[in-house]
Amino acid sequence: MTALIEVRDLLVRREKQTVLEIEHLAVQKGEVLAVVGPNGAGKSTLFLTLARLLKHERGTIHFNGTDSMSTLEYRRRIALVLQEPLLLDASVRENAAIGLGFRGIPRVDSDRRAGHWLERMGVAHLADRSARRLSGGESQRVSLARAFVLEPELLLLDEPFTALDSPTRARLLEDLKAVLAETSTTTIFITHDLREAERLGTRMAVMLNGRVHQMGEPREVFAHPADAQVAEFLGTTLG
Amino acid sequence: MADLFPITLLSLQVSILATLISLLIGLPLGTILALGKFPGRSFLLSIVNTGMALPPVVVGLFVAMMLWRSGPLGDLRLIYTPAAIIIAQTIISAPVVTGLTAAALQQLNPRLRLQLYGLGASRAQMVLSLWREARLPLLAALMAGFGSVISEVGASMMVGGNIRGQTRVLTTAIVLETSKGEFERAIALSAFLLTITFLVNWALTVIQQRGRS
Ligand SMILES: Nc1ncnc2c1ncn2[C@@H]1O[C@H](COP(=O)(O)OP(=O)(O)OP(=O)(O)O)[C@@H](O)[C@H]1O
Ligand SMILES: [Mg+2]
Repeated sequence: MTALIEVRDLLVRREKQTVLEIEHLAVQKGEVLAVVGPNGAGKSTLFLTLARLLKHERGTIHFNGTDSMSTLEYRRRIALVLQEPLLLDASVRENAAIGLGFRGIPRVDSDRRAGHWLERMGVAHLADRSARRLSGGESQRVSLARAFVLEPELLLLDEPFTALDSPTRARLLEDLKAVLAETSTTTIFITHDLREAERLGTRMAVMLNGRVHQMGEPREVFAHPADAQVAEFLGTTLG
Repeated sequence: MADLFPITLLSLQVSILATLISLLIGLPLGTILALGKFPGRSFLLSIVNTGMALPPVVVGLFVAMMLWRSGPLGDLRLIYTPAAIIIAQTIISAPVVTGLTAAALQQLNPRLRLQLYGLGASRAQMVLSLWREARLPLLAALMAGFGSVISEVGASMMVGGNIRGQTRVLTTAIVLETSKGEFERAIALSAFLLTITFLVNWALTVIQQRGRS
């Protein structure tokens, strides 16, 4: 197996505070890595750093074996979905196609490809509607379609379901799982919901205080927490 | 009444041109002030916000001193020309457009920028997307810029001189006619002023509200 993304000796500071310190983290191609941890653990900081939206003070991030890509080139090989869908004031179709537009794909092509992914995410019937008039669940489906249409080598998701009610969340989680299995998109999925992590992740990383305390198959992590802090986090969060 | 049309036309030409130049200055400058991170940013922003309330007569005084025959830019021979009015009006409306552009962009969710970058936008594509997203308040900024100059009289009088057939615009003509007791002419000019102000804003509002229900 080749690592799609490999982080070494990473250090990120925000407002002069060290908020992320990772010695080594590798994500293999096709893997879905679920990152869990309490509020303030540094999950979103890791997410932004991996998207090259936040500078790191030290360390390397290799993508496909190289760390010499320009930021724009790098970002055009990934896609991200945040907790808020952050759709633009335009039609659903235009929203889904926006990343393709940034890549200079002609309108006819991008519209067709956006249409396909809206269909796949179950929101094709909303394609011509204004993105301002969608429910939270529908918006997040459009946000996912907008990411998948780019056929990213790495998909980054930061708590994409947190703002949704639990039935909506459960349905969306299943749909996402199916799409990920079908496309084998390498994914980093950040969540503070352990059940979601277990459901979606092929591996799981537990982050506490800016460090990865444990990484392994979800079942393995639950069965054998690496240290007392992990055990406590898993225990209190599940209990 | 025959000179009503040339006066109205000059008013429109001068104020529209000044507004467009303000847009060329204010849109990029307001964007940098809203999105940039550099020392002195909030200080600059407060200068711009103060500039939004610049009294036209003070601008008139400053531009008149600059363009006066013996002034630093006197050799350009611009005092008492339409160009002088355009310069003064641009100084009046540019801070309005700049300040309101910055406010319009700062109202957007800051995470939207991250999202756009994360979808592969270059910096220019990110800025264009934000402008598009803020198109309503940006057009409002443009309307406010135009409104600040079409209705302005002090600066036009001071640097234009209200010369008949050359630099007489609607507002300076209204002042003159009123001072002569020619109320009918003053009222007619006022009606023209209100009408063109309405028409320009109406056109901008139609653009602004297009596609909204
Ligand atoms: N914009 C910011 N500027 C400065 N510090 C920040 C910023 N955002 C987060 N931090 C700090 O970085 C640390 C990690 O925050 P981060 O957002 O990465 O945590 P998280 O694991 O995503 O938490 P949550 O579950 O609440 O989303 C925290 O101590 C936080 O205060
Ligand atoms: Mg977070």
